[in-house]
Amino acid sequence: MENQPKMGMNYTGIKMSPFDSRQQTSASDKHRPDIQGSIERYAKQRQMSVRESERIGSVPIPGSARGTVKTSFEKIKGKNPEVLIDKLGERLAFERTGVRLYDAMIAKAQALGEQEDVVAQLIRIRDDEADHMERVIEAMERMGADSTALTPCADVSGVSSMGLLQVITDPRTTMIQSLSALLTIELTDNAAWELLIELAHEAGHDEIIPPFEQALEQEKEHLRIVNQWMKRGLQVQMIAE
Amino acid sequence: MGLIHNFLDARGTPLEQQRFTWREVNTQPISKLDDDAFTRVRIILMNGIEVDSLRLQHFGARFYKELRAPLAQVRRVEHHQQTTINWLLSSDHSPLETTIAYEQTAIEITAAVAQNEPDPYQAQTYRFGLLEDFDHLYRYAAMLDRLEGKDANNILQSYTDIFPGRPTTDHHRAPSDDLRDHYDSRNADLITKIHAAMITAAEYQTHDYYMNIGPQFADPVARALYAEIASVEEQHVTQYGSLMDPGETFLEKWLIHEAMEAYAYLSCVQQEENPRVRAIWERFLEYEIGHVHLVGELFKKHEGRDPAEILEGPLPETMPFKSQRDFVREVISEEVDLRAHGIDYVPKSQESEATLSYREQMNSDGVPAEEISAGYIWTPGTELARRPGYLS
Repeated sequence: MENQPKMGMNYTGIKMSPFDSRQQTSASDKHRPDIQGSIERYAKQRQMSVRESERIGSVPIPGSARGTVKTSFEKIKGKNPEVLIDKLGERLAFERTGVRLYDAMIAKAQALGEQEDVVAQLIRIRDDEADHMERVIEAMERMGADSTALTPCADVSGVSSMGLLQVITDPRTTMIQSLSALLTIELTDNAAWELLIELAHEAGHDEIIPPFEQALEQEKEHLRIVNQWMKRGLQVQMIAE
Repeated sequence: MGLIHNFLDARGTPLEQQRFTWREVNTQPISKLDDDAFTRVRIILMNGIEVDSLRLQHFGARFYKELRAPLAQVRRVEHHQQTTINWLLSSDHSPLETTIAYEQTAIEITAAVAQNEPDPYQAQTYRFGLLEDFDHLYRYAAMLDRLEGKDANNILQSYTDIFPGRPTTDHHRAPSDDLRDHYDSRNADLITKIHAAMITAAEYQTHDYYMNIGPQFADPVARALYAEIASVEEQHVTQYGSLMDPGETFLEKWLIHEAMEAYAYLSCVQQEENPRVRAIWERFLEYEIGHVHLVGELFKKHEGRDPAEILEGPLPETMPFKSQRDFVREVISEEVDLRAHGIDYVPKSQESEATLSYREQMNSDGVPAEEISAGYIWTPGTELARRPGYLS
């Protein structure tokens, strides 16, 4: 597969069919909408749905099991501890999917004959993400939460990752296209770890912060590396013959 | 809603009162997190049953002009029932997660049916297919874990085991070895007819679902896995469909199907924990009883036969929606090495040349189910909780 973008017969724009496009545009101008109004009607329907909808789901109460009496948040301090658990669940889900995204990226890099140091670096980043995952699990288990449960934010994070997954696992996407998706992941990782550290502090759980701060430092490095690869890759493409 | 003791005496809702609005059919979805897995199982089952109802009624219209009008009228309602039900699935289920739920449905419902089926040969057929759906679940769970980094048990909620069944590699049989013997409609129990219609519907839905979503995956192994397992689901539709007596008339089949729908909705009503969803099952139970009466009248008018000939007697015991783990484990331990040769179930060594040759051909470029699941052990919190290292 070629890594370099190439000029070719891309049919999607109107300039590919100037005659037909002119006819089509003038037909649209001539035949007015049968339904009056604007996109505002769409917005109003969405607003109605948002007001009527139930939420995605709930955060499991630590110590509860199907059919048993639910226990209180014994090990968890602070008001609304479910906020922290929800975000911890989200971080865990994101890191876990991140490991799998890096698995796919490594396979692609090897198939495309990327340099050994790039592949080695990808593996290191991947293993860092797996390590971050374990840190979150430890923090959750220490708080008495169930790290195998899907929290609402974890679920939503899974939805938002699906597009990135499709890009990276597509055998047709280039290294640059896939790195673009990785860049989104690393930017999210950086922002999310910062927020999580602040949240843990506000929730009175400073004991879980040190490993998270180490993770954040590693994520900054990941972001720097991926950014560097992107720039280098694009520069190479710009000057290619 | 009053108690229902048999199909013929229950009143139901007349067809002309079975009405919807767009708002109604565009249902508020369930919660993937907070609703019990069996609520999702019921949704998937009933969606499959309704889409099969449409399928059957469309086929009838191809052959019977005089029935086209009542078929179109009933079908329109069945279609909107299907929409109402299918739209209960929330959009945060990824296609693979929905697939896990589909296989859970196949396993738990087929296992329940197998235990409740009075005809030993039909029961054996359900046990045979069950072990293959069980294996599909394992392969898809590996896919979900290794592709998306997700735990299938978030969907299964610890009701259903995840380990290899009869290997998918060995599911690929020559068509002649997917055909089964059928019940004799003159002396089969009504529940036998209901079971065959129900499980055929469920597998048909599963086949169509995999065929629709398979090409939507970018990952090449996911695409290949869906292509492979969808092919097995087509085999399953062939298998279960052949359990039904081809000598039954179309109206007889339609009547049985409507009775099956009512039976399934009643089972749902009795066990549904989500009150909003239960209200849907209750409403549609009444609709189906209305359909049973309508088709019963057509049966009298066009075939001069009494629907009591098919539906007489007390209602069969309703189907349990609960984990069938112990039964499934027992069947695996005793029957995982069973194979099929024509309509018979045989040891591995007695498969036909036609099947061996077909399997060798189909598997000759590799087996996707093997590629994705090599070394996979389901672990709570995903495989990464057990083996976090790269390629470990």
